Amino acid sequence: MAVLTDFTSRDWKSHPAYRHPPYKSTVLRGPSKPLLPLPHTLSELTGPIYGHEVLESLDHDLTKNAVRNGEPLGERIIVSGRVLDEEGRPVPETLIEIWQANAAGRYIHRVDQHDAPIDANFLGSGRCMTDQDGRYRFTSIKPGAYPWGNHPNGWRPQHIHFSLFGTSFLSRLVTQMYFPGDPLLPLDPIFNSTADEEARDRLVAKFSLDLTEPEWALGYEFDIVLRGPQSTPMEN
Amino acid sequence: MSKETPSQTVGPYFDYGLTPERYGKTGIANNILTKKETQGIRIRLEGQVFDGEGSPISDALIEIWQSNSQGRYRHPNDDREEFALDEHFHGFGRAPTNNNGEYWFETIKPGPVPSRGNVLQAPHINLIVMMRGMLVHAYSRLYFSDELEANSNDPVLSSIEEERRGTLIAVRQERAGQLIYRLDIHMQGEQETVFFDA
Ligand SMILES: [Fe+2]
Repeated sequence: MAVLTDFTSRDWKSHPAYRHPPYKSTVLRGPSKPLLPLPHTLSELTGPIYGHEVLESLDHDLTKNAVRNGEPLGERIIVSGRVLDEEGRPVPETLIEIWQANAAGRYIHRVDQHDAPIDANFLGSGRCMTDQDGRYRFTSIKPGAYPWGNHPNGWRPQHIHFSLFGTSFLSRLVTQMYFPGDPLLPLDPIFNSTADEEARDRLVAKFSLDLTEPEWALGYEFDIVLRGPQSTPMEN
Repeated sequence: MSKETPSQTVGPYFDYGLTPERYGKTGIANNILTKKETQGIRIRLEGQVFDGEGSPISDALIEIWQSNSQGRYRHPNDDREEFALDEHFHGFGRAPTNNNGEYWFETIKPGPVPSRGNVLQAPHINLIVMMRGMLVHAYSRLYFSDELEANSNDPVLSSIEEERRGTLIAVRQERAGQLIYRLDIHMQGEQETVFFDA
């Protein structure tokens, strides 16, 4: 049997606490008892792997994958970056699932009641894979901010939801990417749920002129770091 | 040395990206893990997810990851060739909860998998729980109530104080000829499910 290498433990300094009262619904939903330790067995050190077989040809282009009768409205963006582990090793051939609101801040979702227009040519759902170097890239429309009922006059900053698997069930990550300079960021209880400022900054993409395509779309760079195998074996 | 990207909530609108069937898109996985040809004992997992006041949570997402009927995971780290892979079984599933906080899966009973060292673990299914109002996904496990002996020897279950073990054990029922295991998930409270710092 393959020699199993333990994964790094979850870096709780980087993650939010389960219960973060400014984000009200965490209070009754986050576990209240301490988490119990779990050894890393085959159950944890394996995990779902999806490859190119699940990708459809337009999954990585949200400006095209739901077109009915024209182009979606809004500011075109290209988002690209690398998926790495904490040792800086690329995570190749790993699936990324993304979802987001349209340019007006509206989701096409049965429970989204926000009075902002639906875009008939935009769904806001896509997928892409990293390459051998851990790099991914997709094209979309810059999502709009949207209101939410957490607190009076509450607005979510512009964001794109990301879901990744990495190399095992332990590297699973669901997160959100934000945009630089968004004035809503300091006011957002979800963004600010991570106490550590450096960790929060890792959720904000960087504008990139290199990724920007002339006459076409603005580029944003967003690297993602997942848990991976420990590089040095644990002593005893 | 870089540091982990922080987790953020899956939010209320994950259907879109993760279980998009109702939007006319095919997701990578759903709550039916079996095909006609899949080997193993057919089971249905079901339960409800509750918040700290006992109200059902209608916007949770449960993900499961399990071995096949032989106890083999479809992953390069599980290279035990003596246990055959089943080309008709992947092992990953996703179920959003409905308005009553209910989830269900159709799958097969997993075979046993070794722990570190050579102790066999009791058959179990690995769970990830996420929802609006949860900033970091939670890990848990589902065990089977009719595996009394295997459960009593399981290293993970044994490490948990006795009063809380039951929160991980799905209760066997039979209904209209179907084998059902029911596991409710309580985010908080007296019956709070055991979640792991995996
Ligand atoms: Fe959102």
